[in-house]
Amino acid sequence: METKRCKVLVIGAGPGGYVAAIRSGQLGMDTIIVEGEKAGGTCLIRGCIPSKAIIHAAHKFHSLSKHSTKEGHMGITLPSPAELNLANLISWKEEIVNKLNKGVEGLLKAAKVKLISGWAKFIDAKTCIVTNSEGEVRIEAEHVILANGSIPIELPFMPFDENVISSRDALELNDLPKHLVVVGGGYIGLELGIAYRLLGAEVTIIEAMDSVLPIFDKELRRPVELYLKKNKITVHTKSRAKGVEKTSNGIKINYTDSKGAQKSLDADKILVTVGRKPRSKDSGIEKMGVKMNEQGFVIVDNKCATNMRNVWAIGDVADSGEMLAHVASTQGEMVAEIIAGEIREYDPVSVPAIVFTEPEIVSVGMSPDEANKYCTELETKLLTGKFPLAANGRALTMEAEKSGGFVRVLAREDNHQILGIQAVGSSISELSGEFSLALEMGALLEDVAGTIHAHPTMTESFHEAILATLGHAIHIS
Amino acid sequence: MGKIEFRLPDIGEGVVEGEIVSWHVKVGDSVKEDDPILDVMTDKATVTIPSPTDGIIKSIQGKAGEMLKVGQVCIVFEGEGGSTEEVVEVTEEETITQEIKEEKIVEKVVEKTTKATPQVRKKGERVMASPAVRKKAREVGINLNEVSGSGPGGRITHTDLDSWKEAGSPVAAAGVKRTALSGVKEVPVIGLRRKIAEQMSKSYSTIAHFSYFEEVDVTNLEELRVHLNNNRKEGQPKLTYLPFIMQALVKALSEHPKCNAHYLDEEEKILQYEAINLGIATQTDKGLFVPVVKNVEAQDIWESASEMMRVSKASRDGTASIKDLQGSTFTITSLGRMGGLGATPIINHPEVGILGVHNAKDEPVVIDGRIEVRKIMRLSSSWDHRVIDGWDGAMLIQTLKKLLEHPATIFM
Repeated sequence: METKRCKVLVIGAGPGGYVAAIRSGQLGMDTIIVEGEKAGGTCLIRGCIPSKAIIHAAHKFHSLSKHSTKEGHMGITLPSPAELNLANLISWKEEIVNKLNKGVEGLLKAAKVKLISGWAKFIDAKTCIVTNSEGEVRIEAEHVILANGSIPIELPFMPFDENVISSRDALELNDLPKHLVVVGGGYIGLELGIAYRLLGAEVTIIEAMDSVLPIFDKELRRPVELYLKKNKITVHTKSRAKGVEKTSNGIKINYTDSKGAQKSLDADKILVTVGRKPRSKDSGIEKMGVKMNEQGFVIVDNKCATNMRNVWAIGDVADSGEMLAHVASTQGEMVAEIIAGEIREYDPVSVPAIVFTEPEIVSVGMSPDEANKYCTELETKLLTGKFPLAANGRALTMEAEKSGGFVRVLAREDNHQILGIQAVGSSISELSGEFSLALEMGALLEDVAGTIHAHPTMTESFHEAILATLGHAIHIS
Repeated sequence: MGKIEFRLPDIGEGVVEGEIVSWHVKVGDSVKEDDPILDVMTDKATVTIPSPTDGIIKSIQGKAGEMLKVGQVCIVFEGEGGSTEEVVEVTEEETITQEIKEEKIVEKVVEKTTKATPQVRKKGERVMASPAVRKKAREVGINLNEVSGSGPGGRITHTDLDSWKEAGSPVAAAGVKRTALSGVKEVPVIGLRRKIAEQMSKSYSTIAHFSYFEEVDVTNLEELRVHLNNNRKEGQPKLTYLPFIMQALVKALSEHPKCNAHYLDEEEKILQYEAINLGIATQTDKGLFVPVVKNVEAQDIWESASEMMRVSKASRDGTASIKDLQGSTFTITSLGRMGGLGATPIINHPEVGILGVHNAKDEPVVIDGRIEVRKIMRLSSSWDHRVIDGWDGAMLIQTLKKLLEHPATIFM
């Protein structure tokens, strides 16, 4: 068996791993990255990017339908309704995915990183065997960065098959299901559920908590809930899936409703999106002597170091930070720099969270509850200001105000420091960068108030929300 | 309007008094709001106090050099309206105006002195600092929880960090960043290096080495060498010690033919050579070469010097022919100027001996009970103990020593 040696070995070429590898390469360290599938990971290949492509196509398809009525829309009329070919939509999505995959491979190569295809299996903390079609390679490294990522959680009583599908499968469907039942009303379930609804499927959501997107506050969820209602997506809250049964003409899902009564629904596909779990079981991590918690997350400190010297874990597989691509990338870059001798630690003020539902939701920094608690501790009050997109000119021209969106700012009364920013609305996710920057810089309300925001843009609504927090917004009375 | 008393405002945290540096106004002057009226020096900075109002200076308190306490009346203005004797009863509203004006002054103080007053962080309050400030703090080992922020809202600025550092506050590992290194460079052993490795392993694993060291007084040899070099002809190379040693070896090896031999251990025979073919170990960019000067017995000292230079240069240039690199019967390895106390050279298999030559240097030597400074050279030698007894090796070196110490005998 061939043995390769390197300074840095990265396991998994997702948004954490490939960034770690590129940065290691840039820093002149001899780096090998091992990937079992395509470089790009969940994010590029079977998560963020493909789902956004499908969501975009779904919106386009849906908006075209407004033009195919007799009276048309915006003065534009289509002679006949738009038609969907889901298989072609999926191959269009594949093109995007392939482009990004090739892009990542090119970047790795340019950074002089060796990409080895195959599944890595560790035999000790610094040695793994990679098996692929060409045989086996043994890799010995001084530093190992575990970026194994995560996989969808399967419900034991309804395992994944051709009808019970994961988020990954939902990005590969060639035929539009007539009725899609989504189990789990978190962000993945809602994003895909709404997209399939816009493509023409009937969609029902079964959620165990008392609302969809339970991590967000009521005010923030409200526009999304209204949109679901308006677009006839049925939501059963406080309901629990119990199992799936074959019927004469397909399948049905059994569940208990909010009153505990047994119910069932006929379905074509059941999409289970009840969360993701770290992929820490199939790489021999247990042989590395690396400590994991009960859920299987690798335990790390604020430098992403595990209990084993020179073994690091980043992204979804690590117990630090949210299971988000941008957290993984930040940690990957950081670990490479730490290995190269720089002094770094993972200490963000805020991690932006975005949900690509319609309307989109952005949350950066503290939630209202957290901000309230913080202000109480500091014996000050919480200032809140809100600005509706309906009062923003640019939003109107983009029809982005229709969903009742807004930008909301939370700040300390005593020194006007901004503590949290939330927004909901069509295309609002693009504002998240400014929100994050404001929080990281420790901006005061006056800092944003004193920054000229270009007209006409949706960013003006952030400026106005800040002014509203100071008590003097211009475009609302 | 009546008189307005102006009290020295709070001109910085903790400042209770200031020294009057100079007055910009005198009694009777008419001033406008914000005109400079007074320079006050505190232990932190010199501050220019602007006029809080329009009016005429009625009286001033204190001369340059005198101390003024914060809150002490320092100027009395007379409003433009009239000259009533009555001091204006300060209303609540006016107090506020006054305070605002004082605040304004404090702001100016901040601007002027750039020594902002740090804010104290409340318990449980998170540090407010930009990512760049946080990065810098980590790198210089400053815990931001201990640093006060002078920026808006208590934000820690780059200036705050700098002053914290200057103040000599506990800064861990500031400055030089030392990093533990753990890199390993993989170098393939191929080509010449592989040949060398094979040859050395063979020598060391088959030959039973013993080493023998001796000191040689080369004072006389040095005299001869210098003399010959001074009288060198055009085109003749200058002589180092090596050509002398080569010439001396011709004599010594001829006397001890056992030492000028190959031991073919597999064939169980020793080949003793008449010819003295001396291998000259030569360090090149590519690694160790041992070019050979053949038939040294047939050369005079100048010829062997030229031939030695030719073969070693050819080795360094990479132009040495196979012939130049084969056929040695005995090898010399010279450590030259690097000197060293001694070495245990590895025999060039299948030869039976090797001579290591160290640098010659002035050393104190006891001669007839006196200490004299002599030029001393050390020789190291290794021998194949399977076929060369200790006596044999030592005898060759002793012969060589005598020759070198009495250089005339080399040529007799």
